[in-house]
Amino acid sequence: MSEARLLVRFAGPHVSIQDAGRPGWARFGVPQSGAMDRLALRAANAALGNPPDAPVIEISRGGLQIGCEAGEIGFALAGGGFMLEHAGKHPGSWSRGILRAGESLAIRPGYWGNWCCLAFAGRLSLRQWLGSVATHGPSGLGGGILVAGTRLDFDQIRQQPDLAPRFPCPVLARPRQVLRVTQGPQERYFPAEALRELYEGPWRVTSAADRMGTRLRGPAIAPRAPLDMASEPLARGSVQVAGDGVATILTADHQTTGGYPRIATVLDCDLDAFAQTAPGRIVAFEPVLATEAVSLARLRQVAIARYLAGLSQVFR
Amino acid sequence: MAAPRFRPVAEHGLLVEFGEGVDTGLHRQVMALDAALNAAPPPAMIETVPGNACLLVRFDCLATDHAGMEAAIRQHLGRGASELPAGRLREIAVCYDAPFAPDLETVAAKTGQSREAVISTHLLGEYEVFLYGFAPGYAYLTGVPETIRLPRKSAAIRDIPAGSVLIAASQCIVSTLKMPTGWWVIGRSPTRVLTADSDRPFLFDPGDRVRFRRIRHDDPEMRHV
Repeated sequence: MSEARLLVRFAGPHVSIQDAGRPGWARFGVPQSGAMDRLALRAANAALGNPPDAPVIEISRGGLQIGCEAGEIGFALAGGGFMLEHAGKHPGSWSRGILRAGESLAIRPGYWGNWCCLAFAGRLSLRQWLGSVATHGPSGLGGGILVAGTRLDFDQIRQQPDLAPRFPCPVLARPRQVLRVTQGPQERYFPAEALRELYEGPWRVTSAADRMGTRLRGPAIAPRAPLDMASEPLARGSVQVAGDGVATILTADHQTTGGYPRIATVLDCDLDAFAQTAPGRIVAFEPVLATEAVSLARLRQVAIARYLAGLSQVFR
Repeated sequence: MAAPRFRPVAEHGLLVEFGEGVDTGLHRQVMALDAALNAAPPPAMIETVPGNACLLVRFDCLATDHAGMEAAIRQHLGRGASELPAGRLREIAVCYDAPFAPDLETVAAKTGQSREAVISTHLLGEYEVFLYGFAPGYAYLTGVPETIRLPRKSAAIRDIPAGSVLIAASQCIVSTLKMPTGWWVIGRSPTRVLTADSDRPFLFDPGDRVRFRRIRHDDPEMRHV
């Protein structure tokens, strides 16, 4: 089995190792973490014939430059519309190739998207934490945050079949402007006008965003005073409203409990697409019933499975 | 005992609400349901997350839905909060000496007592792990005695070291990471709540009881701090 060594030459903030994350530890204050856009994670892996949740480098709008010091290895980039420069070509997100010794990959934000996933056709030895290599951003626990000088050693590199350099970006992977939510669970802390304003908007995505959450700018929907809610558990997708009326959508590295009320919760099946919605864009909240939420999630799952099966066909 | 309310949380969760606020009776109901569900997990349950008065139950929505999960949870309700085993008792060493207790003087001044009185009151408290939150391993210990309770500071202070013993209102935390906090820093513990032991990465389970034991800055236990 061949080996390859990669060296990070530049990494922007929030560039880290991710996989599907570690469910089951929220009772100890540990969120699931994992890729912000889980479809991008699975697409990049499927494009190389990897298991769907294999570890990837998740790249923020800060960008990444990585060089190959020794060996050669297949790579695939999925998620958003990032720019990718490799061996004098500019293939962008939703492409794959072979990175050879002396070459490098330069990834920068493009026309759309906030996150992309870079997968490799080999095994990376990484530090696991609680059964996953996903990096928990605020603590750096897990596979880790990448910085200039980080070395990545791969073994068990698989030879790639002759693959088309591009693979399709599904409509499912596009940013979403309409976010479906279930109401609450702490909507009783808000006056009726606040709920009306939540659905009327307009809400603008701000650049105050990291792996824990994205702050929105819109109508002030302050909870009723006095604010004395005890800390209660919350989920990825919670729309949490601080005392000053500012709403934040909590994402992969969210706190597991909190004392600010949640006026609504964005469906998990809309969060990958929300993760790709750029700062400055307008989003709207649309309330759905629990039964509709489950149907929407199942429909998306079927569509994703069909897309991924198409990508993997060539490896069978 | 009032029946709990079930609230949907997106397509993959149900929040089971027993009431509101920090209250031992409500929290026992949360822990009783938590114990019952984890002893015999319903199909498709992913995890349970205890809070003060609510339990979040997350499930795989490809395999069940809110109605199915609610029915499964109801079968575990009312199975005796009285039978709930008392949590294990954990002892945590604390050093209240300078420079590990930067806010002790202020807490003493604001509550109108001496530093020693604040320390002995903190040591007298009987604490229970109500929930985890904020960051990995941040266990909220309820039980700070009335006479040393203070609301949080108006603004958070950056870079408070791991192992700091923090108090705010009725709750106490032994921090696990260097993080900002608006809580009052009254000591430092050499005990690791977030451990490197992969079989038992967290010292406490929700429901455990905690007692603090005073050590001095020259105690051998403090050598690693």
